[in-house]
Amino acid sequence: MAALAAFGEQPSGAGGLRAAARALAGDSWPGFVARRLARLLVSLAVVVTASFAMIHLIPGDPVHAALGPTADPALVAARRHQLGLDRPLPAQYGSFLNNLFHGRLGESIISQTPVSQIVSDRLPATLRLVAPAVVLILLVAVPAGMIAAVLTRDGRRRRGELAFAATTGVLAALPEFLLAVGLIALFAVTWPVFPVAGQSDLSSYVLPVLSLTVVPTASLSRVVRVEALRVLREDYMRTARAKRLPARLVYLRHALPNLLTSSLTIGGMLFTSLLAGTVLVENVFAWPGLGSTIVQAITTKDYPLVQGVVLVYGTFALLITFAVDMAVAAVDPRSTVRGN
Amino acid sequence: MAANRSGTGARAALRRSLHTPIGLSAVIAGLLLAALAVAAPPLFGDRAEAIDTGATNQGVSGAHWLGTDSLGRDIMARVLVASRLTLQLGLTATVIGLAGGLVLGVAPSVLGRRAGRAVTAAVGVLVAFPGLLFVLFLATVFGVGSTGAVLAIGLALIPSLARLIQNLTASIAGSDYVAAARILGVGRFRIVVRHLLPNIVEPVVLFGVQAATGSLIAFAGLSFLGLGVQSPDYDWGRLLNEGLGRVYVNPASALAPGTAVVLAGLVFGLIGEAVAQAGGRRTVTVPTATPTDVPAAAAEQDTDLPPGNANKDPQDRPDVNGDALVQVTDLRVAFPGGRTAVRGVGLTVAAGEAVGLVGESGSGKSLTALALADLVPYPGRTTGTVRFDGADLRSNPRLGTDLALVFQDPMTSLNPALRVGRQLAEVAEVHLGASRGGARARAVARLAAVGIPDAGRRARQRPHEYSGGMRQRAFIGMGLMAEPKLIIADEPTTALDVTVQKQVLDLLGQVRAGTGAALLLISHDLGVVAEVCDRVLVMYAGRIVEELPVRRLADAAHPYTRALVGAIPTMATDPASELATIPGRPPEPGEEFPGCAFAARCASATDRCRAELPVLAAAGGGAGHRVACWHPAEPDAEPEAARAGSEAAA
Amino acid sequence: MSSLELRGVSVRYGRFTAVRGVDLAVPDGSVTGLVGGSGSGKSTLGKAVVGLAPLTAGRITVDGVDLPRRPGRGPVQLVFQNPYASLDPRLGIGATIAEALPRRKTADPARARDLRVAAGETTGAAAGTTRWTRAERAAEVARYLDLVGIDPARAAQTPDALSGGQRQRVALARALAARPGVLIADEITSALDVSVQGAVLNLLRRLQRELGFALLFISHDLAVIRYLCDQVVVLDGGRVVEAGPAVAVMARPAHEITRTLLSCVPALPVTATRPPTAVPDQEA
Repeated sequence: MAALAAFGEQPSGAGGLRAAARALAGDSWPGFVARRLARLLVSLAVVVTASFAMIHLIPGDPVHAALGPTADPALVAARRHQLGLDRPLPAQYGSFLNNLFHGRLGESIISQTPVSQIVSDRLPATLRLVAPAVVLILLVAVPAGMIAAVLTRDGRRRRGELAFAATTGVLAALPEFLLAVGLIALFAVTWPVFPVAGQSDLSSYVLPVLSLTVVPTASLSRVVRVEALRVLREDYMRTARAKRLPARLVYLRHALPNLLTSSLTIGGMLFTSLLAGTVLVENVFAWPGLGSTIVQAITTKDYPLVQGVVLVYGTFALLITFAVDMAVAAVDPRSTVRGN
Repeated sequence: MAANRSGTGARAALRRSLHTPIGLSAVIAGLLLAALAVAAPPLFGDRAEAIDTGATNQGVSGAHWLGTDSLGRDIMARVLVASRLTLQLGLTATVIGLAGGLVLGVAPSVLGRRAGRAVTAAVGVLVAFPGLLFVLFLATVFGVGSTGAVLAIGLALIPSLARLIQNLTASIAGSDYVAAARILGVGRFRIVVRHLLPNIVEPVVLFGVQAATGSLIAFAGLSFLGLGVQSPDYDWGRLLNEGLGRVYVNPASALAPGTAVVLAGLVFGLIGEAVAQAGGRRTVTVPTATPTDVPAAAAEQDTDLPPGNANKDPQDRPDVNGDALVQVTDLRVAFPGGRTAVRGVGLTVAAGEAVGLVGESGSGKSLTALALADLVPYPGRTTGTVRFDGADLRSNPRLGTDLALVFQDPMTSLNPALRVGRQLAEVAEVHLGASRGGARARAVARLAAVGIPDAGRRARQRPHEYSGGMRQRAFIGMGLMAEPKLIIADEPTTALDVTVQKQVLDLLGQVRAGTGAALLLISHDLGVVAEVCDRVLVMYAGRIVEELPVRRLADAAHPYTRALVGAIPTMATDPASELATIPGRPPEPGEEFPGCAFAARCASATDRCRAELPVLAAAGGGAGHRVACWHPAEPDAEPEAARAGSEAAA
Repeated sequence: MSSLELRGVSVRYGRFTAVRGVDLAVPDGSVTGLVGGSGSGKSTLGKAVVGLAPLTAGRITVDGVDLPRRPGRGPVQLVFQNPYASLDPRLGIGATIAEALPRRKTADPARARDLRVAAGETTGAAAGTTRWTRAERAAEVARYLDLVGIDPARAAQTPDALSGGQRQRVALARALAARPGVLIADEITSALDVSVQGAVLNLLRRLQRELGFALLFISHDLAVIRYLCDQVVVLDGGRVVEAGPAVAVMARPAHEITRTLLSCVPALPVTATRPPTAVPDQEA
């Protein structure tokens, strides 16, 4: 879709032709999108295969491990058959893919409910944490990093720079779950303002979302500041100053788009790790999301469930990376050339 | 001799780093942490294991500073003792990750092209997955427990480390010095050992420290989730897990192990900062291929001339020209630390005149140009007066209207994110109060005027769709959005292809003819200046040493100017003759000379040259020829330098 | 004595053809200038000779022997454009030069002064060669540093202690230490300051005359080519558009591109009768 938009910008037929020629040469939008799509598909294949392979990589008999050493051998054999583990590997892989294609992720060993149902029950709760967190991170980190950069550019305000670096450095080094524990100790135990755990009204979101946002915000604002400092040193910023533009235009029109692209590229990694961060935070707050599900599943050796959740997490991570790549390329067409 | 590795340099950098507050605190904190891990288990091990059923789940007390757990064990002792296992596991995982990362990171440089690409692609796919997902996946495979967790965290570190190391090695492997080694037939493994690894050591150590922090936290997280260390063993994560259940009763039991993790992480972070600092000191700032005049960092101490002296400055010309367009008097640009890049420059540019300012890198010519436009980068300090068209330029923001600038590199001087037309139009919007549509029309007209074909379409493009010459044209067009009286062009053709240089110079000439604007052309290339300008000013070490009409360049009086003229072969140079050379190196911006700055490299220098600053005074080359030299060459005599040279050769 | 010959050489990167069907010869002991604008393919051609650019068609021979397609020790050496990038920042300049020395020294001590070693012998395979001792190696490195006018006592220094001109001298010494029959100089003065360029050109010319290697001198500046070269080859769009004796080509340029390049040489108003200045060629 973005590729089409890029084509639409071409003012004339000649331009379109040239774009097509460049696409053939592999250095513009369509070529770029095609390469990124190919990579996405390969990566998805890796996720699918890895989640399939997981159950076979486990040393010993996974069903025996799941049901415990005292389990009835007949029951184990029945469950093995039910999971298809007694069939040859290629056949298992084939039916795994087939099931996946039809949205079937197998059945939980422990609860005997379809994994797809558990996922669709639990996923919304996780997304309800992630979405506000992403918005908050962007809203706080980009302006904070940029203001810090403008104030400390070219070695101005050494002390302010140190304060910013120290504060964000310490915050960025905090593990989310420790922050979560600290927040509970402060705002749920010492001053009981917010609930300790569980998903209820709006106030129950405050602490989990906060635990998810503080760390990435701190590290993203560091990234933004460094990128902004780099941009502010660029020749074209000198050009903007030479044109005697008002500060508002210098920073918002000339600096911001340039630092957004590079910050987003680096920030993309932050968003995928944010997804993983939910696993820990959900466990601290007993949040009924996918994160607490996968941990329970691992401890109870409910392998089909682990498989399903890994698949969902992996796919989401890949989609986020893909979306960030596309967004960056839309803002800065040069990255389609740089990309590979 | 063959093993002349500069290990001493790295060690010296490390030593220097230790003397900084960060370096020192990193060493102390690191040693304390190590001592704790070694000493705590034998000292507090018994206390940490002692079960006291009479004192379970106690809060903070004098006997138990952090309370007790559900079996009455002292939490303080347990936190201290757990440091060993926590660090052990975290560091083991780091070693696994770093080793794997190094192997996969260096592999593309050692393997053939195809295998190398496969490794790079594989790492590229793996790196898209968040680390924790990896850990969970591997923890499932390896089973719950310490060994499984170590393997899981260690392996999960590999893709991101491999990617970082791949990026590092790729940049080194693509460098000219590795290409040179390959031409010399140096083997792949030898190149890795000799050229690749030594040049990536510092960032890799930094990555290692960061990975250690990461694995420490990941381990804590995994144990906290109950997937890592299992009872009866305990690390900080496990203690945290147990403590969280009692967070109502005794918040300290959860906060203490958490704090321990954070503190250890900070110690690692501190070590990382120290390593980065040592590395940062060593990174040599590579001078750009094209001369720029921002002073180099290293410089000797230097003191500004006392203010009383400034008035008597030789370049403060007495014959102030009242109707000059630009009148610069005693211009100085100084940086903290006593580095003075421009040391009292005086110059005038008459309306419509083309003046060239010539000098090598470090001569201060570009800073002079920037100072005229009040664009000297912070923390540079500009003094002196710059009068432009009768007003003090620096208090009068007429840039963008009366004064146009053209910079050296059109590749970097236009904003890559904005359409070219937009960048031109905003000048008219901001300074001339033009409407958006009016400004856009004017921008297209100016682009067409500077010879950009199909300007309407080109205005909607971004700079990367322009060639270098077109960008410089567009940039010149930007200066023409208003009616400039002066164009300052700082090395406008240096970054361009030879065949395009001429076109851009011609364009500048046309623009001048069309608008009657004066031109101040800054260049390192006498040929370029000679092509365009009427008058040339030669700068050396922050001062103007000679001023003369371009057509009299052959009669230059200053030995430096003469050498500059003779150093570059022209179409008239006799192929049988040697080119002129200047011995020694140009002075650093901070170096201070009581006398002539060129004396050390000058064949005809005398004691007077070394002791007394020569005054810019009328020279033999007729009107408009002035030189700052105690022994100027006579217009038609054999140059001093040549004579000295032939004497030395004899 | 070596001569370099290129026949129908093409270099392609993906769909982009940088060099197409170039024929070129650098006769033994002579200097051939390769001139063109940026993107003309002149640097790519130089890299193709030493195996750093992929040869898609054609033959490159030295004294009639085909050169290997991959980079490796051969009879051709290349000096890079930017001396700030072509020396390993972590290696002492002595060690950098030592790396270039042939693995075995030639037995005949008289030959040690003679750098014109034929291609076959530089591989060290010839009979009667022995390994270097540490002291011999150091002495050899010192000799090469001395040759390019750098104090041999500085052998232990890393490049960051050297100026641009000195670095380019070290790069030149490294190339010569490999005892090439053919040397390629790729825009070796364009990254240097004006006052230093002359010194490096003087040095290159002196060494070429003393040691007699064949030199392919790549530049965009026809004035420099005219000063240094016997033959000139003009490249545009990856093709040879004009070739011939330097003097003749400059006097009567036949091709449009050559004329354009000639018109781009800025003329200094210097009288030809002015005696050339010359200061002893020392540190640059």
